[in-house]
Amino acid sequence: MRLAERLPRPLLIFFTVIGPGFITAMVDNDAGGIYTYSQAGARFGYMLLWTLPPIALLLVITQEMNARMGAVTGKGLSDLIREEFGLRPTFALMTLLVVANVTNVMANFAGVASALELFHVSKYVSVPIAAAAVWLLVVKGTYHSVEKIFLAACVTYIAYIVAAVLISPDWEASALASVRPVIRWDPLYLTLVVGLVGTSVAPWMQFYLQAAVVEKGITVKDYAESRIEVIVGCIVMVVVAFFIIVACAAAIWEQGPRDIASAADAAQALRPFGEYAYLLFCAGLLNASLFAASILPLSTAYSVCEGLGFESGVNKRFREAPVFYWLYTGLIVIGAAMVLIPGFPLVRMILFSQVVNGVLLPVVLVFMLRLVNNSNLMHEWTNPRFYNVVTWIAVFTLIAMTVVLVGTSVRGMFVAAPA
Amino acid sequence: MADTLLFLTELMGMRVFDLKGRRIGRVRDAGLLPRVDKVRIDQFLVGGEWNWWSIRHDQVGSISLDGISLRDEQLVPYHDDVWMLRMVRDLLDQQIIDAKGRKVVRVNDVTFELRRANAHDELRVLEVDVGMRSIFRRLCQGIVPPRAVRRVMAGIPPNSIRWEFCSIIEPDPQRRLRLKIDMKALESIHPADLADIVEELSHEDREAVFESLDSEVAADTLSEVDDTKTQASILESLDADRAADIVEEMSPDEAADVLAEMEESSSEAILGEMEAQEKTDVEELLEFDEDSAGGLMNSEYIAVPDTATVADAIRIIRENEEQADSLTTVFLVDGVGHLTAALPVGRLFLVDPTALVKPLAGEDQVVAVPVTERRRRIEEQVDKYNLMTLPVVDEAGVLVGVITADDVISMLRQD
Repeated sequence: MRLAERLPRPLLIFFTVIGPGFITAMVDNDAGGIYTYSQAGARFGYMLLWTLPPIALLLVITQEMNARMGAVTGKGLSDLIREEFGLRPTFALMTLLVVANVTNVMANFAGVASALELFHVSKYVSVPIAAAAVWLLVVKGTYHSVEKIFLAACVTYIAYIVAAVLISPDWEASALASVRPVIRWDPLYLTLVVGLVGTSVAPWMQFYLQAAVVEKGITVKDYAESRIEVIVGCIVMVVVAFFIIVACAAAIWEQGPRDIASAADAAQALRPFGEYAYLLFCAGLLNASLFAASILPLSTAYSVCEGLGFESGVNKRFREAPVFYWLYTGLIVIGAAMVLIPGFPLVRMILFSQVVNGVLLPVVLVFMLRLVNNSNLMHEWTNPRFYNVVTWIAVFTLIAMTVVLVGTSVRGMFVAAPA
Repeated sequence: MADTLLFLTELMGMRVFDLKGRRIGRVRDAGLLPRVDKVRIDQFLVGGEWNWWSIRHDQVGSISLDGISLRDEQLVPYHDDVWMLRMVRDLLDQQIIDAKGRKVVRVNDVTFELRRANAHDELRVLEVDVGMRSIFRRLCQGIVPPRAVRRVMAGIPPNSIRWEFCSIIEPDPQRRLRLKIDMKALESIHPADLADIVEELSHEDREAVFESLDSEVAADTLSEVDDTKTQASILESLDADRAADIVEEMSPDEAADVLAEMEESSSEAILGEMEAQEKTDVEELLEFDEDSAGGLMNSEYIAVPDTATVADAIRIIRENEEQADSLTTVFLVDGVGHLTAALPVGRLFLVDPTALVKPLAGEDQVVAVPVTERRRRIEEQVDKYNLMTLPVVDEAGVLVGVITADDVISMLRQD
């Protein structure tokens, strides 16, 4: 605590206020987030902004549910699923979660690779080093000291807000677009909608947030403050998302709609910063990717071990918690290895990983709804009707969109293939 | 292994046949009546067409992987029995405490011993299964035939806990009584390990454990819980008089630390339920600032008049036998309680019991700190003078408490 005693008072308050909700929201804007929002702005301009308010609502509701479940029951999400639904459903869900999270880990290492490619560092150098660094950071137990640095570096997101203002986009158009839903039956458009939901309300975040709330020892008594902190985190996240989309829309789409193919494209959004644009973008992307890469595999390993009853914990020796360590290491190694495949389409796969999130989300939401409405579990803290309505609508919409997506892709495959 | 073991996974869904060999239904659950017999399955719950039947253990003829055959057909419809511990509903997939391994585990499966008694087969609970093997068995249940599963399973090492080491956690006190759940197995675990276990449990489960543990064990365990905030929330979840029982068993300085962390109304309620002597001890300490010597000290020290003999000193130590385990230094005080010297307890063995204590203490001036002393300086003093126990005095020089080396280690680790 010596460091804490030497910090200036405002900074100290800032750090004490930071809780699980805020951290989750910051990590939410990982490489997948940055690229998905950039792509949305670059390719479709302001057209997709209308998805943000519903996403914000869904995000706040799901985060709040997780925080509430954690505070009332004192158990993590996998624990609850295991206790209420049994081993097989838990096992099935854990398998899906691992698959989805491998793609997310991959996305974050791809983020590291693409960020450093801006400075001509080969991915064969940047990714293995990043993977090893992240692994050591967590296993050697120094994560907590570094967490504060990651969080502080998130201040780079403000760059997007400044850039958006400097470019002077069409504020009227963006405001209108935020409230006017536009549906296009273009597969790319629909994919992006699913991806936007998936990157903002990622399934792994639900498990992480609840576990963080439990670990912090938050109970029903101090839950009210936690709730505010969770909501603030969500709002900050959506605000950042908004500005990323707007900045890309103004800087790229207005010049001609384009797909984001590399970090160089996405960095265009920060053009107003002149020669600092690339540097700023790289710093932000690198920080976001490393931050998420440190949390995501660990959180996954914890969730799976918790649900299946295996020993877990970085303070345990390998021999004491083999499944945990194998899983954690495996996620990092496979995620990093996938990026190193020659010709790997970095940005496309990053976008794909967020779509996977969006597809898995309804499954997790259904489990959560069954749990949070169980009065034996939650006593008087079950969902208000409004929450249930919103979440079920989200579940059905997502499932419908996934079906349509799969349908159009399959049809696309048949139509494209020569007879 | 042959046919002497049966797994709960295999029992579930097993067909039940009546005297004529017709199928009545499938086994849905099995129940234990702990007040009658701690290990023998008392009832089998069978799902029929429309409802569940309950089969008593003595109505069962034979049990094998092919099914259960009855020898008595007079079945009774199943009614929920609060005295029964059901294997599937209450045990499977739940967390229990492994008293031998000193950790919290999740039940994947249960192993029964299949026994022949009086021409009917009985099942007795043998072990609770955790780990890979049982997960594999559970996943294959209903899909792969049991015999095939057993063959494949033989390759994976088992990971089980004997039933007598399993402590079930039940939040409802009435049900705890009915299921004869006691914490005897847990009380043999070292408090530090028990604290680790408790930290892994949910709020409800923690409360359940602390409500049933013996007060002294509970107090030791609570002191070993790392975070004062957690300690406080555990006490707050208990009834005031139960919390008071536990706090009374704690050393006053630790009790003061926890009570200081709680909301005033809760700590007042607990203090109100405490015995007078312990209450005063704690209240005195609560007056001091947390980070000062007064807030860090405890009142467990041995003070001997400086005119006494070694025999007197030993007698005083005997009168305070609870301090014997951690005693390193005996303090000498004058007629009004002023601290005059510190005597390492080992020196008492060097001379005749009739000798005076004062010369034994030597000429060195005694090192002490005032009640207002700050933490940093306390750590420095303990290090500089290589002390195991640092005495604390008030403005007049009267000995009021001590700070021990292990407390200093905890302080240093928090930095």
